[in-house]
Amino acid sequence: MTDTSVAAQVAAKWRKKRGSLIMALHELQDIKGYVPWDDAMEMAKDMNIPLARIYEVLTFYNFFKLEAPGKAVISVCTGTACYLKGNDKTLEEFKKQLGINEGESTPDKMFHLQCVRCVGCCGLAPVCVVNGKTYGRVTTGDVSNIIAEWRKKFEEEDKE
Amino acid sequence: MGKLKIDNQEVEVAEGTSILDAARSVQIEIPTLCKHPDVDPSAGCGMCIVRVNGRIMRSCCTPVAEGMEVITTDAELFEVRRMVLKLILSNHPNSCLSCARSGHCELQDMANVFNITDAPLPNLTKRTPIDDSTKAIVLDSSKCILCGRCVEVCQNKQNIWALSYLNRGLATRITPANGINLEDSPCIKCGQCSAHCPTGAIVEYDDTGRVWEMLRDPEIYTIVQIAPAVRVAIGEEFGFKFGANLTGKTYAALRRMGFDKVFDTNFGADLTIIEEATEFVRRFTQEPESLPMFTSCCPAWVDMLEKFNSDMIPHFSTCKSPQAMVGALAKTYFAEKNGIDPKKIRVVSVMPCTAKKWEIVRSKDMSSSGYQDIDVSITTREFAKMIKQAGIDFCNIAEEAADNPLGEYSGAGTIFGATGGVMIAALRTAYYYITGQELAQPNFTDIEGLEGIKETTVTINGKDIRIAVAHGVGNVEIILDRIRQAKANGEELPYHFVEVMACRGGCVAGGGQPRVIGAPFAKPYGITDEIRQKRANGLFEEDLNAKNRFSHHNESIKTLYKDFIGQAGGEKAHHLLHTHYTPRDMYKSK
Repeated sequence: MTDTSVAAQVAAKWRKKRGSLIMALHELQDIKGYVPWDDAMEMAKDMNIPLARIYEVLTFYNFFKLEAPGKAVISVCTGTACYLKGNDKTLEEFKKQLGINEGESTPDKMFHLQCVRCVGCCGLAPVCVVNGKTYGRVTTGDVSNIIAEWRKKFEEEDKE
Repeated sequence: MGKLKIDNQEVEVAEGTSILDAARSVQIEIPTLCKHPDVDPSAGCGMCIVRVNGRIMRSCCTPVAEGMEVITTDAELFEVRRMVLKLILSNHPNSCLSCARSGHCELQDMANVFNITDAPLPNLTKRTPIDDSTKAIVLDSSKCILCGRCVEVCQNKQNIWALSYLNRGLATRITPANGINLEDSPCIKCGQCSAHCPTGAIVEYDDTGRVWEMLRDPEIYTIVQIAPAVRVAIGEEFGFKFGANLTGKTYAALRRMGFDKVFDTNFGADLTIIEEATEFVRRFTQEPESLPMFTSCCPAWVDMLEKFNSDMIPHFSTCKSPQAMVGALAKTYFAEKNGIDPKKIRVVSVMPCTAKKWEIVRSKDMSSSGYQDIDVSITTREFAKMIKQAGIDFCNIAEEAADNPLGEYSGAGTIFGATGGVMIAALRTAYYYITGQELAQPNFTDIEGLEGIKETTVTINGKDIRIAVAHGVGNVEIILDRIRQAKANGEELPYHFVEVMACRGGCVAGGGQPRVIGAPFAKPYGITDEIRQKRANGLFEEDLNAKNRFSHHNESIKTLYKDFIGQAGGEKAHHLLHTHYTPRDMYKSK
């Protein structure tokens, strides 16, 4: 069993408000990074909502993650400007090099790949954001460098 | 009341009636694949479009309005409906020939009616893994057309919430939470999803092959038993009227199929009553704190009790179901009496139920004979298929009688198959046990019929016994809450004795019953209240005309107790005829 005390706290906060399941799930994911099965079970029990309904919501909205995402979350902007400037090709290159689709994480849990719509700096298009660090004017040639940079960073952290 | 015109006919219906239902009241059948009389409209399929004052709208979810002019069919509507069907078929496997539902399928029927023979759209069906984990119900979501009936029934009628929608858009599938297997979900195997499914997406787990294997093995001694509700539904597969009671033909067909002994679960029902009435009288007179007592014949209800309501376990009758009692006795009492090695006996049960397939392996109590008491349980639908496979002319076959010593039954035994029946049967015998006299009036019409929760009070020896009967397990929650509340407040209990059947209408409308297409209904709905009532009538009529209407006057049962069991509720009875309950998790942990 994993620790579900966060889910219990979040559920306690929202249980009295009708129609608050989505807010509660948002809050849980903000804290945990995703919605684990055991937490969803805890939420179902505490909020008195059938687990099946919770997963209907979790799987309907693209936003919710059911698996722990990789440590580096790569957000490829596919908003209009970035898309027109060729970020679809960047996305394909990330998929190819990481061997995963958008919305998925690498088996070693190092990278998670996702698409976002506009990060608010269209002047730098096409843009990718990795764990808050912004990369502007990205080309397919930059992809391997970005991956290598973060892999190196994590490896150094592990050594320390 | 609202007055409107449908296809130029004046129609007057109650306010709030849908156009679809209003049309049916004047014999106009608007095609639909998702609207079922048991469930609220989901506006899922798009087949029921009509023209309302010129505009095209869905008739299932559009209420009538004063002065409305509705056209239910014209050239454009016909073409749009055909296109909707083609789109559904483009996402449905083309495997009618090898589908369990073939010939009884609403989608197949609709495709025939609309003559979908030309230029099909490219087929985009994605094959998904078939979930047969329960070994009772099989879910093949590639055959699902997302009509939503099963989800509506499972969530809102049964209140089980095993089935749900997963994902969205084209990726939508019907599965338990997060796509886990049914076996790991709260599913109680009642099979009401399959009773309402318009296609072959949810069917029973097929065990006919295993039965044929046993029948063809010369070393094996085969015994069969049929449940009360089977006899009033099997005829539908062969063109008989709804509710026709065909007990004698059923026995004959089973014997032709090769069974060595043909027994009747109704005998087990009478036996259940002896044990259950004895148990109730004991609780009522000596252990009032253990009241109310719940009936335990329905395996889906037992499953629900263990998973959802384990606090009620002390209130559950410990009696096994009639099916399980006959199984246990076939491999002990019958085997001993006839000098047959129980190792060589195989017991098959023909049931209206998908959950019975689970019951036969639910705990070690189901192997009380030293072997698995019942080896295979098949549904009425599988049984019908086997009759056809065996080449038996069921319509014309002469009636035969059941075998002894597990074949005799009373009118009380046969009404087990309908809601209220178990309670009525138990009251007749409990009254006799307490007062030593027969009930002057053995009918309890208050607790017959299709009202979701039925109540009555019976006075025995000046004491009032408060009775409740619930069917469709979604209704039982109300009763349980009343009991819990009374207990918490230290008030007098609202009931002494409660009957529960998981399916609306009881076993006659079980998840394994026929879903035929044909008269007198224009379209197949699998199960409706009209069919439920007709099948129940078939059983209650048999009871009314029965020579013996009391379980305690079943002569074979008297012999059984004298020669073998001894005391009702005694040690041997407890070993063979009673069971235990254990709290279980709603979801199997990952």
